[in-house]
Amino acid sequence: MDKNSNGYTFGFAIVMVIVVGSLLSLAAVSLKPFQQENIQKEKKQNILASINVVTSRSEADALFSEYVKKQVVINNQGEVVSEEDGSAFGIDVKKEYKEWKAGAREESKLNFPLFVCNKDGEDYYVVPMVGTGLWGPIWGFVSLKGDLNTIFGANFDHKTETPGLGAEIKESIFEEQFSGDQIYANGEVAFVIMKGGGGSDNPNGVDGITGGTITSKGVEEMLQRTFEVYKPYFEKIKS
Amino acid sequence: MADTAVVEKKAKEPLFSKKNRQLMVDPLDDQNPITVQVLGICSALAITTQAMNAVVMTISVMFVLMAGNVIVSLMRNGIPDRIRIIVQLVVVASLVILVDQVLKAFMYDVSKQLSVFVGLIITNCIIMGRLEAFALGNKPWPSLLDGFGNAVGYGAILIIVGVFREILGSGKLFGIALLGDAAEKTGLYGMGYMNNNLVILPPMALIFVGIIIWIQRARNKSLIEAH
Repeated sequence: MDKNSNGYTFGFAIVMVIVVGSLLSLAAVSLKPFQQENIQKEKKQNILASINVVTSRSEADALFSEYVKKQVVINNQGEVVSEEDGSAFGIDVKKEYKEWKAGAREESKLNFPLFVCNKDGEDYYVVPMVGTGLWGPIWGFVSLKGDLNTIFGANFDHKTETPGLGAEIKESIFEEQFSGDQIYANGEVAFVIMKGGGGSDNPNGVDGITGGTITSKGVEEMLQRTFEVYKPYFEKIKS
Repeated sequence: MADTAVVEKKAKEPLFSKKNRQLMVDPLDDQNPITVQVLGICSALAITTQAMNAVVMTISVMFVLMAGNVIVSLMRNGIPDRIRIIVQLVVVASLVILVDQVLKAFMYDVSKQLSVFVGLIITNCIIMGRLEAFALGNKPWPSLLDGFGNAVGYGAILIIVGVFREILGSGKLFGIALLGDAAEKTGLYGMGYMNNNLVILPPMALIFVGIIIWIQRARNKSLIEAH
């Protein structure tokens, strides 16, 4: 057979694509459960990190069920949608945010999960959030103290922010600034990320990242938008 | 297929004949892919901040290179000339996707660290270079040895650079603190030593690779190009 004929070349290419395609899809499908488990455990680690509990991947499951006492899902009106165990954990806020941004999901159909944790006898409320940085999505978990206003801890992550600049939002030097600051002032969301001087004397602001202004503003927008949604629910459970 | 019948019977070559051993040993020194052929530099710069990353990258490249070499070598008589580069790319790309998926499933932390670089194995010139230059014209066994030799030659440089960068840059080796505790000021840090953050930056890896090339050529004069 002529190895250089058009027919042979086409045939070879077609067979190769079919073989390679089926092998890869087989691998992807069979490895999926393991990958999903890793992602779930990382989410648990991140939730725990926002209440300053540092865990390894293997302990994540046990510690998560030890600390997280209640899971709540609310809608954008602050009304409770579900309080079942595991309901909040199953919600992929990143996916919902993407759909909402693309216009595929109405704002009233969005779910807002909340994790109520108990550590050393104190209640902490962990709020997952997602927003947009300079190059791609950013997300995080912010935990509030029992007064539903003071930030206890924060944990942020990103996908594609610039190392050394925007990517610094996941470093402890940025995250530690949040602890002790307050989200609401006079019943309104007042939290800002500012340039210089935000630091210790301003209870409603933290310093942005030098050279990472757009990412810092992304974090600010994410916090303001998310806590605006939780405000009615927080007021309800406080009274 | 009548023409294949006249092939005369040759004495079977031993698995580790001198020629085959040469295939594995040459890439370690005289034909080292990084220091002599200056291929695969990008990944050597990017992932050598920690020794562990260098080891995982080496293993990944070793798998892709050996498997790719064998597969292309097995298909070498059937691959149409006109699409041979595309065929090689498809083979390499699917092996890389496989490595990426396996890392994500079983070594999640490492896969997050290496993230884009595993994907970039595809662009590693060593791999396409060996497929095109060796596997396309040789039997599977020598191709396997050639892949192994080149991956080890690549990995050796990567790991040497990784070890130096991790010790000088973070005071650790494979994540274990060697020089004392930087925060507590114990060990060497107590005597005023500080981690060299410059070493963590990618350009510094180039300097390390340069030093290795210098040492190698000082020892082995045959590598110095005549002008």
